[in-house]
Parts: sequence; structure tokens; C-alpha cells
Amino acid sequence: MASSTMAGAHDHPRGLRRFLFSTNHKDIGTLYIILGSIGGVIGFLLSLGMRLELAYPGVQIFPGLAEALQGADPSMALDAGKNLYNVFITVHGVLMIFFMAMPILIGGFGNWFVPIMIGAPDMAFPRLNNISFWLLFASLVLAVISMFVEGAPGMKGFGGGWTFYPPLSSNTGSPGPAMDFVILALHLAGASSILGAINFITTIFNMRAPGMTLHKMPLFVWSMLVTAFLLLLVLPVLAGCVTMLLTDRNFGTMFYDPAGGGDPLLFQHLLWFFGHPEVYIVILPGFGIISQIVSTFSKKPVFGYLGMAYAMVSIGVLGSIVWAHHMYTVGMSLNAQRYFTLATMVIAVPTGIKIFSWIATMWGGSISFRAPMVWAIGFIFVFTMGGITGVVLANASADKQFHEGYYVVAHFHYTLSLGAVFALYAGFYYWFPKMTGYMYSETLAKANFWLLFIGVNVVFFPQHFLGLGGMPRRYIDYPDAYALWNLVSSSGMIFVTLSLIVWFYAIIEAFMKKRLAGANPWGVGATTLEWTLSSPPPFHQFQVLPRITGASR
Amino acid sequence: MFNVNRRMLTRGALAAAVAIPATLFAGFALAQVEGQPTPGGLGLPNMVTPVGLGTQQFYNMVLMPIISFIALFVLGLLVYVSYRFNEQKNPIPSKLTHNTPLEIIWTLIPVLILLFISVPSLRLLAEQVEVPEASVTIKVTGNQWYWSYKYPEDQGGGFGFDQMLKPESELQPGDLRLLSVDNEAVVPVNEVIAVHITSNDVIHAFGVPSFGVRMDAIPGRLNQTWFKIEKEGVYYGQCFFICGKDHAYMPIVIRAVSREKYNEWLAQAKQKFASADSRVRVAAESH
Repeated sequence: MASSTMAGAHDHPRGLRRFLFSTNHKDIGTLYIILGSIGGVIGFLLSLGMRLELAYPGVQIFPGLAEALQGADPSMALDAGKNLYNVFITVHGVLMIFFMAMPILIGGFGNWFVPIMIGAPDMAFPRLNNISFWLLFASLVLAVISMFVEGAPGMKGFGGGWTFYPPLSSNTGSPGPAMDFVILALHLAGASSILGAINFITTIFNMRAPGMTLHKMPLFVWSMLVTAFLLLLVLPVLAGCVTMLLTDRNFGTMFYDPAGGGDPLLFQHLLWFFGHPEVYIVILPGFGIISQIVSTFSKKPVFGYLGMAYAMVSIGVLGSIVWAHHMYTVGMSLNAQRYFTLATMVIAVPTGIKIFSWIATMWGGSISFRAPMVWAIGFIFVFTMGGITGVVLANASADKQFHEGYYVVAHFHYTLSLGAVFALYAGFYYWFPKMTGYMYSETLAKANFWLLFIGVNVVFFPQHFLGLGGMPRRYIDYPDAYALWNLVSSSGMIFVTLSLIVWFYAIIEAFMKKRLAGANPWGVGATTLEWTLSSPPPFHQFQVLPRITGASR
Repeated sequence: MFNVNRRMLTRGALAAAVAIPATLFAGFALAQVEGQPTPGGLGLPNMVTPVGLGTQQFYNMVLMPIISFIALFVLGLLVYVSYRFNEQKNPIPSKLTHNTPLEIIWTLIPVLILLFISVPSLRLLAEQVEVPEASVTIKVTGNQWYWSYKYPEDQGGGFGFDQMLKPESELQPGDLRLLSVDNEAVVPVNEVIAVHITSNDVIHAFGVPSFGVRMDAIPGRLNQTWFKIEKEGVYYGQCFFICGKDHAYMPIVIRAVSREKYNEWLAQAKQKFASADSRVRVAAESH
């Protein structure tokens, strides 16, 4: 039972002190959601710029953009525009992954609901939680600064893609300080996540309420546990990777420079050893959210709980040993390519188990099509689409045709912009009443869904055709034959933009109308502990620990 | 009488159902010019190498049918479940959370599908990676922002040249914007061509979609791949790894001609591109 009047309710901090020096998992979760929303909006604007440019063959808007945003000299505008386009694609990737998806899913929903779902009063290390957030804020500042200092000679910003391979990211390709700012931003973001991972693991292992065994905890908590382990294990590898790049750039080392006995491929192995688990880090919390939502709105426990939990564990483990499927064209040995092909394909098995289990959860259920459920059903379909193009790309032989082309872009946007983002919105609408105390408008929430569903499908489905036709990625301009599908793809952005406007309005409308949601707006299907608390929950909950008898998953 | 009419109608409908898409597809195929992207194209380019044809078959006949089936299957299940088990139709939810036989099936069948895919997959991979005995070896170097080619002296070459994008202002009728270049790389048709690929500066990638070829150009590293072009013609490729501001502006053009024409071109090129530092020899080792 929760009570805020126990233990001599001391005043909780207010105003700036409450948020600047917060040690409250709910407030910190809210801060992360706000930061993630800002990162997402900027990332979206960058993608809007890119799709506007790509709508027609030729270079139309980036030279003007470079003059306006970077003060480029008109005589240099075309070159500055080409560089700015590359900076846009780079920052778009960095923002969406590190400053939108991870903050909202892990920092936001993870912080808000892991303690509550396990019956804990807060995270294990509340002050560490605070510094994790502010490190991420500082990281964002550095990343933004990087866009305004020199990268390539005479150009501003770093434009080598979010994967920033040397020599383009070393002094050969980017002598200016922009890349150094990006590296330092990654140091801070990495530290933020490592500390957060320590916090989550300790909390989940040590602070579950009496009676909540590991096999009784909600699947969202499982997803956060696996995600936290992945973060803890692979972020140090990224740290080593980017630190060696920093020393190559500034202290005369030659880790990645063949002239000094180094190897550009060392960077790629280190980066992808982090980078592949990173994409599972982004999607696993989404898997957890979908499990909670499908169960709630089918009014049935998740089908095959143990299979679902251990599928996530095996996705995490397998996801850590397949990194070189991002490197099939570097000239790897035949045996290495064979291994990575087979290992990557294996991941489809636990993933398929999850898809089928969600459907089996709905089977025989009594399904209510509230907005979170609509998002979740949408997720299951679009993530399957992204997953199957992943099976295509897993094959080294097929990948030779698609590597660094638009088929890959379509694949990862289906799993991310459609998959992870749909799970994010699902969680947002599911938990918005709990976090704010107000109920959103079903009409607006569903309009949000349909506009985004149509939008991202129109944007990304034609990109499969472009990839099949041979269009390379990270291109500001393309041969005229690719014009049709580029125009179709760009036109989808109208719907995406509208969906974002509807989303903003839905939030404002809910705060204006103030429809009280109550402790549990979702009914009998909502069986996890957050629905036993008020909406919003008290500043401190579970100061008397709840006792868990039945499964509360 | 009624039945005969029905059968005729069905047959007619069936015939139309086959003929119309077939004509469209045939139309598509006719519209495709080899070596360059098809305007509004939906699928893979027409391939002109054995590896390219293998890739096309693997994708169109193995991968596409399987993934299309899975997508439609999952969509079908979702639609059915949403329709059959919505709360109006099914007010009382079941409590079913386990079905071991089902769980075994949906683990085993994906495994079998993956095994089925891996056989042609790995066969094609070996064909791509294992470079056969080549009659022509060319060294390709990526630069910011153009490709350069060196033809070895002991194969009738002994010269090198740069391949620069033709600016839009210089395009002639028949040229392609962003694809046409000043110096085409000529090779003989129906012979195995090995390419040794490296870079002078940052990472680039050498990719020709109608060959099924893509290989990174990495400084300090010599990568090797191959192709055997089975049809004379002009084939376009592009740079497939982000390399700076003109990443989109360094195309590849390879012209495949008969062996006789190739020998003639070698002689001309030797004169045209003669320079002291382009004397490249192929070492006498096997591949």
C-alpha cells in the first residue's frame, strides 16, 4: 500500500531545487522525457530538411541553408551545403539514438516505472540518477556545439555519419575540432548510461518487494534488466574506441592510421561491438512496454512469460556476438562472413517467439482498442516488417548488393522510426494518465497514430525500392532515375509533421481539459503495481513495502 | 450450359490475372536498360555477371517469397485476432498462457526456414569471395572525390588514369547526370576481371549494382573482388561509403567490349595516359 502521509511527510523540494538537484526517480524520469522530446523534435527537423532536399533531383535547399545557418560565403555555398547535408545526417542519427530514444525509453519510462513495478520507493542510487541526467544534458550541449565549429577543412560540423569511421573522422578527413566535441559528447553520454545501468541493475536485483521473485516481475522490468547489462558491458568498449580516436587526433597516436601501423578496421570492430548491442538497447525497453500494453488491453497475462523473458536475454546475448554483419564489405575472410551470417540469422528465432507470443496473448483475450493498444498492434506489424528485411541483410551474400544503400536505411528506420518510436508512443499514452493524472483525448491519440502510421510507411516503404535499384545512402543528390520514389518518400513527411503537431496538441489539450484519470483508467487488465497508486503517484511511494502474493506482471 | 459459362468466365479471369501482371512485368523488363538504374524501378537491376545473377535469384526466388509470406502471415493473424477477440465479441478473456506444442512449433519452423535460407546464401557467398583465376587485374583507388584505375604493364597496360564526374554543363545527349564520367574504364567481356581496391585518403567503397559487386576501399589495405561481365555494354556504379562533401559525385563507369576492341583500347590508352609513375605490374603469384 502506498502512503504519502507515513514517516512524517517532510516537505518535498520545490521549484528549481526540485529539478536541478532531484533525487526522485519520477522527477528525473520526467526530465529525461522532456530532454528526449526536445532531442526528437530537433532530430525530426533535421530529417525534414533532408527529405525536402531529396524530394527532387539536384541540390535545391542546402546551399541556401548553409548560408543562412552557418554564414557560408555565397561563393562557397554549394560546397558548404553538401557538407551541411552530411552534418544533418550525422546529427540526425546521433540525436535520435542518444538524445531521443534512449532518454525517453530508458531514462524516462525506465526511471519512472522500474521502482514502482518492483514495489520499491526509489532507485538504489538516487543521487547517481541525478548525475546521469545532467551528464546527458551536458553531452547534448557539446553535440550541438560541434555543429558550429570547424570539421572538414573550411567546413563547419562533423559530417561522417553517426558511425564516424576514421580516417574521415580523424585528422585526415576532419582536422577541425567538431569531431573532438562529438567524442567528448559521447564520453559524457556513455558515462551517463553506464552509471544509469549500474543503478538499474542494483535496483532490480536488490530492491524487489518481498514476494516478488525475478520470475514474477513485469516483463518491462526484465527488458530494463537486460538493457542495463548490455549498456554496462558495451559502453566501455565505445569509450575505448572513441578515446583512441581522440588520442589519434590530438596526441599523435596511430591506432587507426595505417601509416603508423594502425588499422581503420580496428575502429570498426570496436564501434560495432558497441553499435550492434546498442540497437538492441534501444528496442528492448520497447519490447517490455509492448508486453505490458498487450497484456493490459487483452485482459490476459502475457503468453509464455518465461519464454518472453528469456527471449529477451538471448536477444541480448546473441546481439553481442554478431557485430561484424555491419562490416561485410571490408574484405573479411570467408569463414568470418559465414559465422556472422549464421549468428545474425539466429536472432530471428527469439524475436519471432516474441512476435508470436504477443499475438497469442491477444488470442482468446477481450481486446479493448484504446490508443496504447492501437500503437502496440501497429508496432507488432511494422517491427515484423523491419525484422524481415533484417533477415535479408543478415546474409553476407545479399548484403553485398545492399550495403550502404537505401535498403539498409529502410530496414533500420522500420525497426527504429516505426518499431521503437511506436513502442515509445504506446508507452507514452499508456503511462501519460499515471504520470500526469490527466486522461488524454482518445480521438487525438488515435489521430496521432494514423497520421504517423501513414506518414512513416509512405516515407520508408519506397526506400526499399531505391535500395534495390542501387541508390547509395548518405547522398545529397541522386541520378535522375531515382526521382519517383524519392518524391513519394518525401511526401510522407507531410503526414509525419501533422502527427507531431497533433501529438503536441494532445498534450496541451489534456493539461487544459484536466480530465482526472484516477488510479487505474485501464481496468482489470492493468495488473502491475503502478496502477495501485494514485495518478500522479505520491512524491514518495512504498515507504511501507507492499507484499506480493500472486503474479503481478 | 450455365456451368460451361462459369468455367469459361473463371478461365478468362484466371488468364487475365496472369496475363496482365505478366505484361506489366515484361514491360518493366523491357524498360530496363542494363547498367543504369531504371526510372521508378521497383526491383533489382538486370544483372550481367554470374554473381549478380546469383544474387538476383537468391533475393527474388528465396528471400522475397519467404519474407513476403511472413509479413502477410503476421498481418493476417493480427487482423484476425483483432476482429475475433475484440471485447464486444469476446467479453470474457481466456486464461490461457501456455501451449508447449505451439511454442515448440514456432521455434522449430523459423529455425528450419533459416537453415533453408542459409544454403543458397553461403553458396553465393563463396562464389563472391573466392576470386577465380583472372585474365585482367585492375587496381582501383578511391580518392576524395574520384576513382583512379591502374592497368598493369604485363597485361598490355602500364598506365593509369583518373575517372572524374562529368559536370552537368558538359553532359551530351545520352549522358547521365551524376553518373557519366570523362574516362571510362574499359574491360573485356566474358573474362574474369579481378579488381584490387584501396584508398588514398578516407574510406570509400566501390559498388556496381548490375555486377552484384561492392567492396570497401580502405587506406593501407588492399581488398580484392572480381566480376565477369557477360554482356557488352556500359555499366555505372557509385561510391558506397560516406567520404566527405562530394560522396555523391564520384561515379564509376565500366565499359565491357570484345577482347579485340579491348586490345585496341589498351594501345590507345597507353599513349593517352602515358606517365612515368603508372608502371604497374601484376606480381607473378596466384590469386
